[in-house]
Amino acid sequence: MLSDFDFSVLTDSLPFLWAGLQFTIQLTLVAMTGGIIFGTLLALARLSSMKPLAMAAAAYVNTMRSIPLVMVILWFFLLLPLLTGKPMGAESSAMMTFMAFEAAYYSEIMRAGIQSVPRGQVHAGQAMGFTYSQSMRFVVLPQAFRNMLPILLTQTIVLFQDTSLVYAIGSKDLLKASEIAGKNYNRPIEMYIFVALIYFIICFSLSQLVKRLQQRIAIIR
Amino acid sequence: MSAILSVDALSHAYGKTPVVRELSFALEHGDIACLLGASGCGKTTVLRLIAGFETPQAGRIALGGELIADARRQLPPEKRRIGMVFQDYALFPHLTIAQNVGFGLPDRKSALAIRRIEEMLDLVGLAAQGGRYPHELSGGQQQRVALARALAPAPHLLLMDEPFSNLDVELRERLSLEVRDILKRSGTSAILVTHDQHEAFAMADVVGVMRDGRIEQWAPPYELYHQPATRAVADFIGQGVFMPGEVVGKGEVQVELGVLHSDLPLECAETCMTCQRDCHLDVLLRPDDIVHDDASELQAEVVAKSFRGADFLYTLRLASGRELLSLVPSHHNHAVGEKIGIRLAVDHVIGFRGTPGTAHERPAAATVVPIAIARGR
Repeated sequence: MLSDFDFSVLTDSLPFLWAGLQFTIQLTLVAMTGGIIFGTLLALARLSSMKPLAMAAAAYVNTMRSIPLVMVILWFFLLLPLLTGKPMGAESSAMMTFMAFEAAYYSEIMRAGIQSVPRGQVHAGQAMGFTYSQSMRFVVLPQAFRNMLPILLTQTIVLFQDTSLVYAIGSKDLLKASEIAGKNYNRPIEMYIFVALIYFIICFSLSQLVKRLQQRIAIIR
Repeated sequence: MSAILSVDALSHAYGKTPVVRELSFALEHGDIACLLGASGCGKTTVLRLIAGFETPQAGRIALGGELIADARRQLPPEKRRIGMVFQDYALFPHLTIAQNVGFGLPDRKSALAIRRIEEMLDLVGLAAQGGRYPHELSGGQQQRVALARALAPAPHLLLMDEPFSNLDVELRERLSLEVRDILKRSGTSAILVTHDQHEAFAMADVVGVMRDGRIEQWAPPYELYHQPATRAVADFIGQGVFMPGEVVGKGEVQVELGVLHSDLPLECAETCMTCQRDCHLDVLLRPDDIVHDDASELQAEVVAKSFRGADFLYTLRLASGRELLSLVPSHHNHAVGEKIGIRLAVDHVIGFRGTPGTAHERPAAATVVPIAIARGR
């Protein structure tokens, strides 16, 4: 069986796969950065004393978390051009989608993070001349972010795997690139095994890293 | 001397539960005051109202002659220039000690700020620890960082919420003296909240004993102990026993141990004979009012003893069955059950009117005031 495998096609398609991986990484980084920023704002909105704002944020988060990701990807791909009136490439559409979708998950993590910081910390900030929002920014958010860093990164690993779903709209990520290469050389099995290995190595080493980080943060708290 | 802080008829409730009731006091410039009371008496709420974390339902708070809070207007906490040391210190774990101390300074990177941070760390004896993080310090050191951080912006007033409750007893005693010294050196007016009277006595120039959201008595520690204004204050402060007595003359009270002469005016102006209300006077007898004297004819049986190092606290039973507390130097070691001679050494009589008609019928045991002191956590 294994003797039938031809792994030489892998070396030939490496540059092509590299381009795919680059997009996957880019998409992950953009979605993570945008998602955490937007997610933090959503978390602040949900914890706000302004009822309508809190409810709107909650509605957004709950909706996003109740819909399959593939559906969101397809909807955004079809709806965004209608809204903006301009055609949009699969790559940009994917980035927008992931930012919007991941924000819902990151917001739940940040909300837990903000709530993990004792209320006395805000008061301590206020007692030293900082307004509520300044105390939030300089005292609570840095701590919330630090406390939640391992969980945020774990979510990012999940996000990294989920980016493979953009193949549904034909955006050329690592998975799509391996599929194309596999078809070109007529060697799909070798390709899929190889790509699975890449996903595994990246995700496994990242999760090991998170584990170590978690231990370090556990000491500080 | 002028008042730095004046609190006037302050009232606050959480929901429908009143916590602070028409409370008033004034703090003199440079003084350290202490609000002392059992948990739930509203003392921490008073502190939170002054800091601005709660809005009073009625009354006024003025700082340095300026109104900072009443039922309608509230200066936000960050504008009050009031420093606070929190019960759990609330140090910022993501910042170094120096960054913590400098947090409240206007321009944190300036040479002026850096000098102020050094000055503050020096003041609390942590000059070498500036680069470390809070979790790397001991509880006592964290406490001092919290103090340095609160003092750095030179607040008009410093508030301290049970600042020593997380520390062990020995450290608590040492730090309370140190903190008092630091506050006096920097000339900072401060209010401390605690349930520990030793801490209050060691730290404060003036103590407000709180009960049910009110201040029962606002006085220097010495006066609180020796001239408690109400029965509740006498109960709460120090140890002692109430013994029913009868007013027999001007400043003279007859108790079963003899006649006591008071150099302070009594609550009763006339004698019980002429007053006829049949309430009698419950006289407070502190353990240091009862002196052990072998030559005395008056005998009492040792019922219990508690060794406290320099002295014994004996619980004694009189022939009548009534119990007394007596503080005796520890080389007078007597066994439980032994009879020892005692003598009264009362300079001024502290007495409170009993309920009419019941004073002498109360069982002896009920008049023993089981006062717990220095309750730790």
